[in-house]
Amino acid sequence: MNWLEKMLPKLVLAPTTVAMIVCMYGFMIWTGALSMTRSRMLPQWEFVGFDQYVRLFQNPRWEVALNNLWIFGFLFIAISLVLGLVLAILLDQKIRGEGFIRTVYLYPMAISFIVTGTAWKWIMNPGLGLEKLMRDFGFETFEFRWLVDQEMAIYTIVIAAVWQSSGFVMAMFLAGLRGVDDSLIKASQIDGASAWQAYWHVILPILRPVFFSAVMILAHIAIKSFDLVQALTAGGPGYASDLPANFMYTYAFNRAQMGVGAASAVIMLFGVLAILVPYLYSELRSQRK
Amino acid sequence: MTSRAPINWGRWFIYATLLLFLLVYLTPLYVMLTTSFKDIEEIRSGNLMALPDSPTLAAWVKAWSSACTGSECEGLAPFFWNSVNIVVPAVIISTIIGALNGYVLAKWRFRGSDLLFGALLFGCFIPFQVILLPMARLLATLGLANTVSGLVLVHVIYGLAFTTLFFRNFYVSVPDELVKAAQLDGAGFFSIFRHVFLPLSLPIFTVTLIWQFTQIWNDFLFGVVYSGSGTQPITVALNNLVNTSVGGKEYNVDMAAALIAALPTLLVYVVAGKYFIRGLTAGSVKG
Repeated sequence: MNWLEKMLPKLVLAPTTVAMIVCMYGFMIWTGALSMTRSRMLPQWEFVGFDQYVRLFQNPRWEVALNNLWIFGFLFIAISLVLGLVLAILLDQKIRGEGFIRTVYLYPMAISFIVTGTAWKWIMNPGLGLEKLMRDFGFETFEFRWLVDQEMAIYTIVIAAVWQSSGFVMAMFLAGLRGVDDSLIKASQIDGASAWQAYWHVILPILRPVFFSAVMILAHIAIKSFDLVQALTAGGPGYASDLPANFMYTYAFNRAQMGVGAASAVIMLFGVLAILVPYLYSELRSQRK
Repeated sequence: MTSRAPINWGRWFIYATLLLFLLVYLTPLYVMLTTSFKDIEEIRSGNLMALPDSPTLAAWVKAWSSACTGSECEGLAPFFWNSVNIVVPAVIISTIIGALNGYVLAKWRFRGSDLLFGALLFGCFIPFQVILLPMARLLATLGLANTVSGLVLVHVIYGLAFTTLFFRNFYVSVPDELVKAAQLDGAGFFSIFRHVFLPLSLPIFTVTLIWQFTQIWNDFLFGVVYSGSGTQPITVALNNLVNTSVGGKEYNVDMAAALIAALPTLLVYVVAGKYFIRGLTAGSVKG
């Protein structure tokens, strides 16, 4: 009985541990191994080294997806950060109805990217959406056809993603602002700093950790983005607005190119690690101080 | 609340900007709602922002019960219930296991438990693409391919990292003395959990349940990969509905369908938004 009682904590953790080892780390290794084989329809374990990676990086569609990820990732992160920070600072000025405003800014975060994509697909509809609205307002030559424009389709995804996630960034910054000690601001004002200077020189540096967390989370959302593209453009026109996750899905599940799909998944994993490892490293270092 | 010196550039400017963005965030919802109450004629002749002339529920009825989502034309209703059948067990199971895991990792540490927690935490971050292919094989081996139970299993497994994280971080702040005192009274592992920890846990259960509910209801990736015809969750069905155009696009039906898919999580957000936000910021903002 006593022995059992001692073992209980480990027993409780056992199923999770097994699931984690098999379904996370085991599967990662499995996918990594698969990416080094000739697998197409079905897994087959003939080792071909890095052939699939070579094929992947010679694939123009993957090049487009990677390119799109840089464009999307950069704009999505930059705009969400600026918007989130500005809105948080404005909301931190003892605003009447702050609770309500905050609630509205954040509600897109509660809905599915598929819903967001469906809504924006209608709003940006080339015939009947924004274009028609502006023409009805009297701008008769107004054109807005980004959804069907190879060059511009990726920017529609930026718009919808910023709409969905910027409120969340706002909430993070607002929480950070609320944690700033007021005496710091008072002190800087006694020194003759303007409100602007107080924000720029005193508060923003304190918000640095929030800033890094937000970048990390947004970058992570960007790399994993799949649903929004699927709902808004389905990667189109052609494959002009594909992101890596959509590429992976298409090759692994629709085109029976398992090896290439697995290789693209591994590259995505390394992308996440490239963001995560420096972040965790700096987190751990600052905790040790 | 803070007593901060207001910035000098005029209160009205602040309010105007906040109001402008209030409209920006609300507009898509407004467009969805108004479009869903229009008929297709009015959509063709009118514009996005116009209120419906003669509001009709026809699009909602069609979206719910007869719109085509691919080859079948039974509306979203069957898929709505699929989602319910996936979400309810997956949320409950992953939350309970997460609570017990968190309890152990916070208060019953053993050699290697911190390492285990670290390894599990990493699971919050991996791009799921890297597990999609082998998981499909595992589900097929278990005979769970294209089933609701299979999706429940997948959501439980990949939800555990988050639920464990939530509970562990919450229970860590419970003083060790409470555990020691209960142990002196002869209480064991489970009875300490039930009598000491469970009564404190309402807020963290709320946060976790809401987080898991929102995540799983809104999931598309697992849904599209691991479901078959008839077992798709609502997000997948919605996407199919929008992309099925038999006899012209019906934007009003698309919008009604999107709203139906969004309603459960929106409702939870309106009722318990505070806890939703706490889930979102858990782990990302310290202090």
